[in-house]
Amino acid sequence: MSITPLVRPVVVQNGTTPEAVVSARDLVRRYGDGDTAVHALRGVSLDIARGQLTAVMGPSGSGKSTLMHILAGLDQPTAGEVTIAGIDITNLDDTALTTLRRDHIGFIFQFFNLLPMLTAAENIALPLKLAGQRPDPQWLEELVATVGLSDRLTHRPSELSGGQQQRVAVARALASRPSVMFADEPTGNLDSTTSGEILTLMRQSVDQLGQTTVMVTHDAHAAAIADRVLFLADGDIVRDRGPSTAHEILETLEEVGSR
Amino acid sequence: MIAVALKGLAARKVRAVLTAFAVVIGVSMVSGTFILTDTMQKTFDGLFAASYDKTDAVIDGKEIVKNSTTGNGVTVPASLLTKVRALPEVGSASGTVAPEEANVADIIGRDGKAVAKESLGVSIDPANERFSPLAIKTGEWPHGFGQVVVDAGTAAKEHYKIGDKVTIATPGKRAQYTLTGTASFGGVDSLGFGSIAVWDVSTAQSLLDREGRYDTISIAAKPGTPTADLVDAVQPLVPSTLEVKDAAAEADEQAEDLNTGMNYVRYFLLGFGGIALFVGAFVIFNTLSITVAQRTREFATLRTLGASRKQVMRSVVLEGLVIGLLASAIGLVMGFGIAKGMLALFSALGVDLPEAGTVFALRTIIVSLVLGTGITLLATLLPARRATRVPPIAAVREGSTLPQSRLAAHSLKAGLGVTLSSVAAISAGVFASGLSGMAVGLLLAVGVIGLFFGIALLAPRLVKPLARVVGWPARRAGGVAGELADANALRNPGRTASTAAALMIGLTLVTVVAVLGAGMNKSTESAVTDQLRAAYVVDGEEGVPFSADHGNELAKVPGITAASHVRSDQALVEGEETAVTGIDPATIGRFYRFDWVKGSERDLGRDGALVTQDYADDHNVAIGGKLALQSPSGEKKTVVVRGIYDPPVAKALLSQVSIAQATFDDAFPNAKNTYTFLDGDKDALAALNAAAKGYGDATVHTGAAYPKDATKDLSTFLAMLYVLLAFSVIVSLFGMVNTLVLSVFERTRELGMLRAIGMTRRQARRMIRHESVITALIGAALGLGLGVFLAALVTQALSDYEVPLSIPVTSLAAFTVVAILAGIAAAILPARRASRLNVLDALHYE
Repeated sequence: MSITPLVRPVVVQNGTTPEAVVSARDLVRRYGDGDTAVHALRGVSLDIARGQLTAVMGPSGSGKSTLMHILAGLDQPTAGEVTIAGIDITNLDDTALTTLRRDHIGFIFQFFNLLPMLTAAENIALPLKLAGQRPDPQWLEELVATVGLSDRLTHRPSELSGGQQQRVAVARALASRPSVMFADEPTGNLDSTTSGEILTLMRQSVDQLGQTTVMVTHDAHAAAIADRVLFLADGDIVRDRGPSTAHEILETLEEVGSR
Repeated sequence: MIAVALKGLAARKVRAVLTAFAVVIGVSMVSGTFILTDTMQKTFDGLFAASYDKTDAVIDGKEIVKNSTTGNGVTVPASLLTKVRALPEVGSASGTVAPEEANVADIIGRDGKAVAKESLGVSIDPANERFSPLAIKTGEWPHGFGQVVVDAGTAAKEHYKIGDKVTIATPGKRAQYTLTGTASFGGVDSLGFGSIAVWDVSTAQSLLDREGRYDTISIAAKPGTPTADLVDAVQPLVPSTLEVKDAAAEADEQAEDLNTGMNYVRYFLLGFGGIALFVGAFVIFNTLSITVAQRTREFATLRTLGASRKQVMRSVVLEGLVIGLLASAIGLVMGFGIAKGMLALFSALGVDLPEAGTVFALRTIIVSLVLGTGITLLATLLPARRATRVPPIAAVREGSTLPQSRLAAHSLKAGLGVTLSSVAAISAGVFASGLSGMAVGLLLAVGVIGLFFGIALLAPRLVKPLARVVGWPARRAGGVAGELADANALRNPGRTASTAAALMIGLTLVTVVAVLGAGMNKSTESAVTDQLRAAYVVDGEEGVPFSADHGNELAKVPGITAASHVRSDQALVEGEETAVTGIDPATIGRFYRFDWVKGSERDLGRDGALVTQDYADDHNVAIGGKLALQSPSGEKKTVVVRGIYDPPVAKALLSQVSIAQATFDDAFPNAKNTYTFLDGDKDALAALNAAAKGYGDATVHTGAAYPKDATKDLSTFLAMLYVLLAFSVIVSLFGMVNTLVLSVFERTRELGMLRAIGMTRRQARRMIRHESVITALIGAALGLGLGVFLAALVTQALSDYEVPLSIPVTSLAAFTVVAILAGIAAAILPARRASRLNVLDALHYE
């Protein structure tokens, strides 16, 4: 079976394209040494385009989560470089990474990761407060309206349903208008109806706010809203598709899974 | 981040309060100590002030020997009063009868016994009331021979009404007097420890052996005359055996002496408060470590949102600060309660302290708040740093365990190192000679604290073997619950170890006290048995010498065949204040076994002295050597050393220097007995007890019981130490509760699973209870082991004092039982929570 070659990024002088918010070059991630070493990534390169929703898919063990962790600065590659918004993050110290997270990165987690003792409103404003910024009330209002939580602002996470919690998380991620938003299995803990709502929200944020998004998922329906779907298997990118239907995605998954 | 931290605390209020309580107890002990000692000090200062309030100068006997128990016997002739009154500088003057000797005016209650442990007999000159600290409360001052006034406190206690007949025993006389009124002393109803009987001047002079004399003359200067001039004017009139002093200076000096004594008490009690605080810090450290580990995902999420490590650190430290402030505030208030409680306890034990306003000094507030908050902050620092080490990647499921602290890998080396160097420090403090008291104290304190830390570091490795032993009953008899409990204790040995370590600290100290106490009791008992051979022993109440007359009376009781009295007091021997005993060489040998080095009591003669081997060595004295002796009244004698003996150090019944009784009675104005030894038949006991009933100052013991009785004071002291240390044990109990509650919370899903597959509520409760008891027993094993080790070290160092290593097995067994009970008690709340879990919710718990 022929394999579509890896997409070659459009390379410019300093290794990033003006349209690429996140760039990775020859990422290798190895755990352990010698015979028992685990190769999670075997030399992955990619560019994430601005204003697009890129999905990263693959069977378990494919390295998709590892890839996202490295792209997001949560983990260090064994070899290779990552650039976010023109900044080489591979060897940044903790303080610089913290600043990076404040200014350029937003997160959505599978288990929502809201702070249980804060209200929805406080959770949303938290990243801005951490950065020492005073949140613009108009912007927050717009956000809250967009995610549809206007009547739930004073509730604590324990008083919200799973879907509502994830909406708070989306609002929180968008609040600081980050250069890139990383979503780790955002629908993994939601039923299909609620998943649909969250996916619509994420698509909306890309279309209306131009929010660059990278989503790791095993859910074909989730990947179906993406502008680009990358497929990983055994630590390599094996497929690179444009917008696809869930059906096409499932077929591709089967294809790469049987290698 | 401030909001995050504060809201975090608010959301977990119960947990925050439980954590805070670890420090509350320590702070309340500290603040309680300050409030109690400040109040007592102020009360006594007030009394001294009252005594000298309107007096400018005082004439009384010169104090030659400071700590004499029988007084200097010097009195002021009445003629001096006339001369003083004639001086132009003097506004008014009055003489007072107030013998220094203890118990000269025992008020005998309806049961034939003295109503108070101590008694004072004084005179009142109603015309010159200003000089007396006494003020009439009800009724009026006594006039004439048959009338008396009594302190209001005693009157209330014995339900005396004005007009009642009160029986009072004065030297050589027991008579009834009509009560004409009650008096207060310095504004206070009762002096607590003693009763006060007040007569008019001539009656007091006749009853208390002061005919034509006074004990003191109080003088007030003519208005406008400075006190210095007054003193200068009176000075020439005063013979060499007396002195005139500025009253204000005198009051200050007495207050100064009391303050020094009070400081010892204060620092002693504060020490125990410090121990409780130390354990509290341990508990807070433990609790916070657990909660930080449980909040890994929360901290990681914050980091992904852009929180810096500093912000995370600050948030945890802030939590600690709030808990510390809360604990200190509560502790401050509780301390107030404890102080009041202690005063009530004293009262119940028969020591009525004069009641005055409770002193709540600013210093108490500041020290309590600073100590409580400071200790909590210190305990928070390490967990806060651990929180900053949570990597952001822990926010996603995969990487969510707390990274091992950098130290953990070296904990064995660190633990051994700290333990060994602490043992070295303690050994140095205990064995090294030539160190100042302060250096020894410092070495011991640092060494013991270090030892606790060292063992705490090593404890995780000890948990496995220890749990194997202490968990055996649980495994055998506890069923599945017991087995699971045993396994759970081993799951996180670090956590089990630190929880047990908190209990260890209290139990170690209690064990040290028990073992040393048992050793000292034993050595005291055997010392007494070695020295004494008597059917009956009479000694003074609380070590204060009793009247020789009482001794003589008891010797005359039918059935008594032989007696020997032992006098005692402080004197200046070769210029140094020394205790001196007066013995009767003819009779003492029958009762007291001298371990002679040289000479014998038969060689004593009128001018002889017997000294102990230690005294002879310290002062370079041999047979034939001369010692210059000066009694409290100034009487000088020279004695010749005629015998040297070696008594047991633990409790020598005779003082280092003993002289002939006849010579003693000659030189000391108010010779009193420390012991009267008696031989007689069994039936004499009843007669002895009957005779001694009215004596407030002497107690009769049988010779067989005396070795044990002699340890009574020590036993009381030990009991007090146990109570003070019990507070620290209670603090560690809070630690155990905290840990268990948190661990139940952590294992919600697991508990749900166990219940789902068939574990009953009761089994769940039993499992938690077993875990708690296993942890407590590990703490007990560590504590008892460490305690015996430390006590053995100290015993070795005290080998000069012949204190044997005596392991009080019963006490240690009792402590183990206490630990088990503590474990059971600590498990009550967490066990209920575990058994009440809703299974379905628990299974879905995240």
